[in-house]
Amino acid sequence: MPRPYEKIMKTSLSRLLGILSILLFIPLWELIVRASNLPKFILPSPMDVWTRFLKSLNDGSLLYHTSITFFEVLLGLLAGTLFATIVGYMLAKSKTLEKILSPYLVASQAIPVVAIAPLLVIWLGDGILSKVVICALIVFFPVLINTIVGVRAVSSPLYDLMNSLGANRLQILLKLEIPASLPVLLGGLRIGATLSVIGAIVGELVSADRGLGFLLQLGDFQYDTSMVFVAVFMLIALALLLYGMVTLLERRFLRWMK
Amino acid sequence: MFDSRFTGFGIRELGIGKPMSKKTALSVKDLSVVFDDENNSIHALENISFNIRAREFVCFLGPSGSGKTTLLRLIANLIKPTTGEVNFMFGHPPKIGMVFQQPNLMPWRSVLDNIKLPLELENDVHAHEKALDMIRLVGLTGFEDSLPRDLSGGMAQRVGLARGLIHDPDLLLLDEPFASLDALTRERMWTELSNIWQAKQKTVIMVTHSINESLFLADRVFVLTQRPGKIKLDMPVDLPRPRKDDIRYTSQFGKLAKKLRSAIE
Ligand SMILES: Nc1ncnc2c1ncn2[C@@H]1O[C@H](COP(=O)(O)OP(=O)(O)OP(=O)(O)O)[C@@H](O)[C@H]1O
Ligand SMILES: [Mg+2]
Repeated sequence: MPRPYEKIMKTSLSRLLGILSILLFIPLWELIVRASNLPKFILPSPMDVWTRFLKSLNDGSLLYHTSITFFEVLLGLLAGTLFATIVGYMLAKSKTLEKILSPYLVASQAIPVVAIAPLLVIWLGDGILSKVVICALIVFFPVLINTIVGVRAVSSPLYDLMNSLGANRLQILLKLEIPASLPVLLGGLRIGATLSVIGAIVGELVSADRGLGFLLQLGDFQYDTSMVFVAVFMLIALALLLYGMVTLLERRFLRWMK
Repeated sequence: MFDSRFTGFGIRELGIGKPMSKKTALSVKDLSVVFDDENNSIHALENISFNIRAREFVCFLGPSGSGKTTLLRLIANLIKPTTGEVNFMFGHPPKIGMVFQQPNLMPWRSVLDNIKLPLELENDVHAHEKALDMIRLVGLTGFEDSLPRDLSGGMAQRVGLARGLIHDPDLLLLDEPFASLDALTRERMWTELSNIWQAKQKTVIMVTHSINESLFLADRVFVLTQRPGKIKLDMPVDLPRPRKDDIRYTSQFGKLAKKLRSAIE
């Protein structure tokens, strides 16, 4: 019998350690700033960044740019995931289709997204669309691979069960294939979620007049290094938020896996 | 122990005479199965022919690897034979209830939801109540919300059995359903199964390794040979019903058991 309080102790202890390591980071940073005595535009202190953060929060610019990027990331993540699961399912089901498409899929992975991002911006314009597409592209592959692995791993005796009961294709999909492959699928989504932030930033760095990537570049041009730091921290927060959302999905749907 | 509310039949209908009819329900003709891998081919079944009457209870005995599971999968239309055919004389296709050699439960579903599955596929609105009745029948009350990973082997097998019966199938295919149960539970399940079979008039094909089990339950017992599986013996079991526990001490039971044992060896 696992004792519940032991489990609670263990999780709260690990949580405490996580918070502690973050808290230790700030004084360490401060220490380095003081010891190195670097100018502010090279390495700002935590207080400088905090002040810059409050300022951009107050004039509304931070929320504006963050929400733009968040919107791009979310759309890209959704589109990439949707597309990847559909294609992945078809590939998992058809060996022929896999043979036809796999050279393209592998080749597409050999091209770094950074290299084609400018092309996509030329073709799709420097608005939100090009960023969403770049984001979707970067999310596509890990989710695709996990979908294929997940669907292929569905236990064949359970297919026998469904077929012996005369289940139709849709019932097999909904009651067997989706729940059975969900653990692996959500694993792909977890990777995709963090990558999607990179996708949006790459797009914004190529060309944009809004978003956190734009803010980053602006700070860079104006030697406003504190602003660059603020933008980077917002990106980390975005990635953590998405990661947390996937974790919530796992908690909700994978309870049976303990 | 037998819950007449569940089956909807009064006690009056039970245990008197055999409900078997003369009509053929299922005919298997010249069935052969060869599994082809890249470099070797396994001849699993050879020249299997038999007829099963509606509401007949048939057992298959045979050594491991003689193709018993393969035969059930053929009848359930999960695989196609290399030669020969399986024909159903009623309901095309018949409603099948299958109990697998392994429990074969969905690990993400609770006991209740696993048992409900066949009814869900039929969009039965009474799925929940029927599943609760079934849980009571197989003695799993209190475990409705447990997950398969928390069940013992025998409990999981009983969930599989409940799932195979719940949608009231015409044809029951049972692949060693009682193998992992303790002796007491097993004998209780024998009684339940023969009660359900008599009340609901199902056709049952059951694979087993137990001579006692086959004689306690079946109208007819087939014995298969070593691979490739052929029918070695087709023996009617003309023991009176209902068969009580002490039937195994009768001389007739002993005679049939001896015949089966010598056929298996
Ligand atoms: N899908 C398959 N592909 C290849 N070979 C198979 C397949 N299914 C069964 N076989 C082979 O066919 C033979 C018969 O298998 P089967 O499972 O029907 O035996 P069985 O009588 O049920 O044995 P047991 O009593 O151990 O359950 C075995 O040699 C098995 O390896
Ligand atoms: Mg078997």
